[in-house]
Order: sequence, then C-alpha cells, then structure tokens
Amino acid sequence: MADDKTNAAAYWAANVRLIAGCLIVWALVSYGFAILLRPLLSGIPVGGTDLGFWFAQQGSILTFIGIIFFYAWKMNRLDRKFGLEE
Amino acid sequence: MSQFAINVLFVGASFALYIGIAIWAKAGSTKDFYVAGGGVHPITNGMAIGADWMSAASFISMAGLIASGGYANSTFLMGWTGGYVLLATLLAPYLRKFGKFTVPEFIGDRFYSRTARLVAVVCLIVASLTYVIGQMAGAGVAFSRFLEVDATMGLIIAAVVIFFYSVLGGMKGITYTQVAQYCVLITAYTIPAVFISLELTGNPLPPLGLFSEHTDSGMPLLAKLNEVITDLGFNEYTADVDNKLNMVLFTLTLMIGTAGLPHVIIRFFTVPKVADARWSAGWALVFIALLYLTAPAVASMARLNLVNTIYPDGPSAEAIQYEDRPNWVKEWEITGLIQYEDKNNDGRIQLYNPDSEAFASTAESRGWQGNELEVNQDILVLANPEIANLPGWVIGLIAAGGLAAALSTAAGLLLAISSAISHDLIKGSINPKITEKGELLAARISMSVAIIVATYLGANPPGFAAQVVALAFGIAAASLFPALMMGIFSKRMNNLGAITGMLAGLVFTLVYIFIYKGWFFIPGTNNLADIPENYMLGISPLSIGAIGAIINFAIAFSVSKVTAPPPKEIQDLVESVRYPKGAGIAVDH
Repeated sequence: MADDKTNAAAYWAANVRLIAGCLIVWALVSYGFAILLRPLLSGIPVGGTDLGFWFAQQGSILTFIGIIFFYAWKMNRLDRKFGLEE
Repeated sequence: MSQFAINVLFVGASFALYIGIAIWAKAGSTKDFYVAGGGVHPITNGMAIGADWMSAASFISMAGLIASGGYANSTFLMGWTGGYVLLATLLAPYLRKFGKFTVPEFIGDRFYSRTARLVAVVCLIVASLTYVIGQMAGAGVAFSRFLEVDATMGLIIAAVVIFFYSVLGGMKGITYTQVAQYCVLITAYTIPAVFISLELTGNPLPPLGLFSEHTDSGMPLLAKLNEVITDLGFNEYTADVDNKLNMVLFTLTLMIGTAGLPHVIIRFFTVPKVADARWSAGWALVFIALLYLTAPAVASMARLNLVNTIYPDGPSAEAIQYEDRPNWVKEWEITGLIQYEDKNNDGRIQLYNPDSEAFASTAESRGWQGNELEVNQDILVLANPEIANLPGWVIGLIAAGGLAAALSTAAGLLLAISSAISHDLIKGSINPKITEKGELLAARISMSVAIIVATYLGANPPGFAAQVVALAFGIAAASLFPALMMGIFSKRMNNLGAITGMLAGLVFTLVYIFIYKGWFFIPGTNNLADIPENYMLGISPLSIGAIGAIINFAIAFSVSKVTAPPPKEIQDLVESVRYPKGAGIAVDH
C-alpha cells in the first residue's frame, strides 16, 4: 500500500513537471514570440514580414499541435512506467 | 443548371446525408444519448470535435476579421487553438477518468455540493444558449442568401434538420453526423482557397502561398498587400499593435474560454480510455488547424483581390466605374451586406480609409469625399469563390459548408444544454428516482424546447449578436475553467472556495461587460461609452474573462484556506481521477 502511494505520488509529480514544461512552450510561442517579443524578432525576415507575424498566424498553431502529441506520447510512456496504463 | 438549382442540390444532398446517419445511429440508452456509448475512436472523435468547435464564427466571420484587422486579429487564430493545449494537459484526461456524463455533475460531486452543481448548470446554460443564438442566426443568413428564402423560413428549415438528428440520435447521432459535416465544411473552405492561392502566388497550398511571392508584382504577397492598402490610407496589414496588454488578455480569454466551454469538454467523455482523451485533443487540433492555417491566407488574399477589383490599375490610378462593377458585388448588394454611395458623384467606387488624418490631403487632392463602398466583413468567405470567378459548384459547396459549420456547432451546444437540464437538474435535483427511459424522454423534450427557444431568439436576436461571443467565452473562462482545474489539481480546494470563486469570477466579468455594453445588453443602459479611452488599463470588455478567471482562482484559494478541508472521500476522489488505471467506460451512478 505504502509502495503504491509513493509510486502514485511520483507519477503525479512527473505529470505536473511535464505539464509545466508544455505550458512554458505554449506561452513562449504565443504570448512571447507572437506578441510581447515580436519587436525583438523583427530582424528575422519571413516571406515579406517578420518571424513574430509568422508565429502569430501559423507558428503558434503548429507548435500547439506538436505540444499535445508530445504530451500524449510522453504520458503513455509514464503510464506504462508506473504500471498505471489501462 | 441555374446557380439556385446547384445550391439546392448541394445543400439538399448534404442534409439527406446527415439525416440518414442520424437514423442509422439512433440512441437506445442514456449512455448512447449523452456520450455515444463511450466507444468513439480518437480520430473520429477528433474530427467530430473539429466540426463541433468550428462554428459560423470560424467558418464565416474569422477570415473577414483577420482581413480587416491584419496582425492585430491573429488573437482569434491563437486563442481558438491554444485552448486545446489546456484541454489536453489540464482537463480532458482527468474528466474522462471521472467518467460521468456532464460538466456540472463533476463540479457537484467534486465539491460535494448541490449548490455548486446548480451554479455550474446556470453558467453552462447562459454560455451555451447565447452561443447557439449566433449559430441559428448565421444559418438563417446562409439560407436566405443561397436558397433565396427569407431568413425566418431559413431558420425554421435549419431547426427541423437539427431536430431530426440531434433529438433522435443524441451524442451518437451528433458525433457521426459531425464527422460528415467536418468533411463538407473543410472541403468547402479549402477548395476556393487553393484556386485563389494558385492564381495569386502559383503555390497550391494556401498557408505557404501566404508567405510566397506575388506572381504579378514579383514582391512578397504580404509586402504587396501592405503597399496597396497603405496607398489607400489604411494601416499596414502586418503592423504591430500598441496595446499589448489587451492583446495578451484577449488571447488568454479565448484560450481559457475554449477549454471551459462545456460542449467541447463533454466530447472527451465519449472515448474508451484516458489515453484516448489525450490523443483526441491532438487530432481535434489537427483537423481544426486545417481550417485555421487556411484562414489567414484567405484573409490576406481576399483583401488584395478586393483592392485589385476596385482599382484594376493600382490604387494610384482611377477606381472602376460603378456601372462596370463585377457581378458578385451586384448579388451581395441585394442582401445589403455591400453598400455603395457615390459621395462625390463621379460614378466611380472610391474605397479608402476616411479616418486617416495623414491620408486626408491625398484624398482631397484626388477629389474624394468619403469612402464609398461599405463591405460587411462576414461576406468575405461566402463571396470568395465569386470574387475569384470560380465555377458554380464551388459556390454550392460553400453554401453547404457554411450551413454544416453552423448546424454542427448548434447541435453540440443543444446537447450540452439538454443534458444539463435532464441529467443535472431533473435527475440530479428534482426527481433522482427517474428511470433511464424517463430520463431519455426528458433529455429529448428539453432538447426540443431548447431548439424552439434558440430558433425564436435566432429570428428575433435581442440586439447583441456581436457581443454574444464575448459573453459566452467570458463566462466559460471566468467561472467553469478555474473550478474544473482546481477540482483536479488542488486536493485542498473545498466547496465554499469553489462556489465563491465561481460566483466572484462570473459577477465581475458580467458587470465589466455590462458597464460598456449595457445592462443585460439593453441598448442605452451602459454606464460608459464602449471606446478604448474608457477602458480600465486599456482592457476591453472582450478581454476581461481572463481577469475574471484570475479573480476566481484568488478568491477560491483564500476562502478554502480559512475553511474546513474537504472530507476524506473527496480527497480520495481527486486521487482517483489523477491516475488512468480503472477508468472503465463513462458510467452513471
């Protein structure tokens, strides 16, 4: 029982760490690159405009897809590692 | 064949398909009705979520908003997709593990409080009903333009079709119908975009065309667009915005609101396993992204096409004669969504930005006395094939696609409303001993009533069509999302904390919106004019949901700190939703 508990707690801690990492990337591409940091990226040209504009209209969406699939894949491995998969 | 006959054929064929699917997938149990039996494959589910999510706002309005606002309106693109990251990581897998039918049911059980469940029911009904009115109105417009019936008649046709497949099939019928609707709407959206992208840039993929070279001028497409619109006094399309705080908060409100809208969340209850809930969110975003990556390309290309239509020899040469205007302008003039007024009586159509002080002297020297063409931005997508001279069948396809977008979202919202009434209100509070058969009947009756109310309100919108979306997202963001997230991630969160938090977030958000938009949206009752100078810290009422959510979190944590922790069995419940093992199927208790 005690082992189960530590095992479960470790699983949850690993999950929360993974979520934090995913959300940092999520915020960085949208609120960061596409909005607040856009002036800093204005020197990098992309098809007639700058990198910040690309992140606002395409890059952030593509990154979001990448984040979700990465999270789903990583969680499947965690589920198996901790013996919690269905 | 006339255009009218083609439109009827496309719309009629798509409707026959939806009803056929509904009859095939008729719901036999409450589990079929609420969660499609809990056995939907993640890719199928992702496609259904895509259709459910992409409403008339995404299909019809969004490209027009981006075309008029340029970079500043990228908020819609990021906001309406970024919410899926929150869903996949913070809500969907755990709510699937919890394994009940509705969102208020989770809130009621987790916060061991019937009051919390009722507050959630109220938030859900207000958010969903306001949202569904917009869909019905959108379907009415699409009908009246393409089938040449009046808008009320169009609405009634839409209501009958929705009635058929959602009341009969419930979630099961809706899920499979939405898969078909997704296919119709994405084909309709991308085909004209591919043709237009080929024409302007030679690149058949619109998202790549957006950043490619404009064939005629040899300049990058976006640089060319910036050039022609600044020549007419407009801001650069790619210009940065000054009020970054508001842009961040608006994007955040749309993201949190997306994750908190119950009609999206309940879709994750339909998959067999917790892991499938995570994959579903990913697939949903893939299918949504196909449209959302095409939309900004459609926006910039349509804006360029519009200027080129009005100024065939460039903006510094003369505009076209009104007599020579293209056919699509004539057709849309009939609907009143394009209006021409010859202010300087020269018989030509001057399109420019009359509000630019820097451009005023140029306009005066050219003898212009005001902008003469008003184009409603909502027509952009619907008129796109006509602007690009595409064949009649593409126009028929767009008609079917616009209707698919509006109807699929309306059905999803109506299901969320009816399950809140039959499952949370009737079974949860009024008559807990109701039989499964009785509950299924109650679900069907409440859905029929919701359809009638939505149709009535769609035909007689209470004068706040544009504000509706702000309200729905603001409420979902400020009330439901924080309560759901704290219910999973904080074992210490108790009933009083959650209830006071939800109410504080909800009231704060509503009051801020009402101060600028009028109390209960009654025109003339607003305390302050709805202009940026009056906004607190420059935050517009559309962006306030994010602040409401922060207030919700803050109040909930403060109150729960000074009151008793939740009982042991609730803490065990929180433990159990965190681990995938033993999720089973979505079950009733």
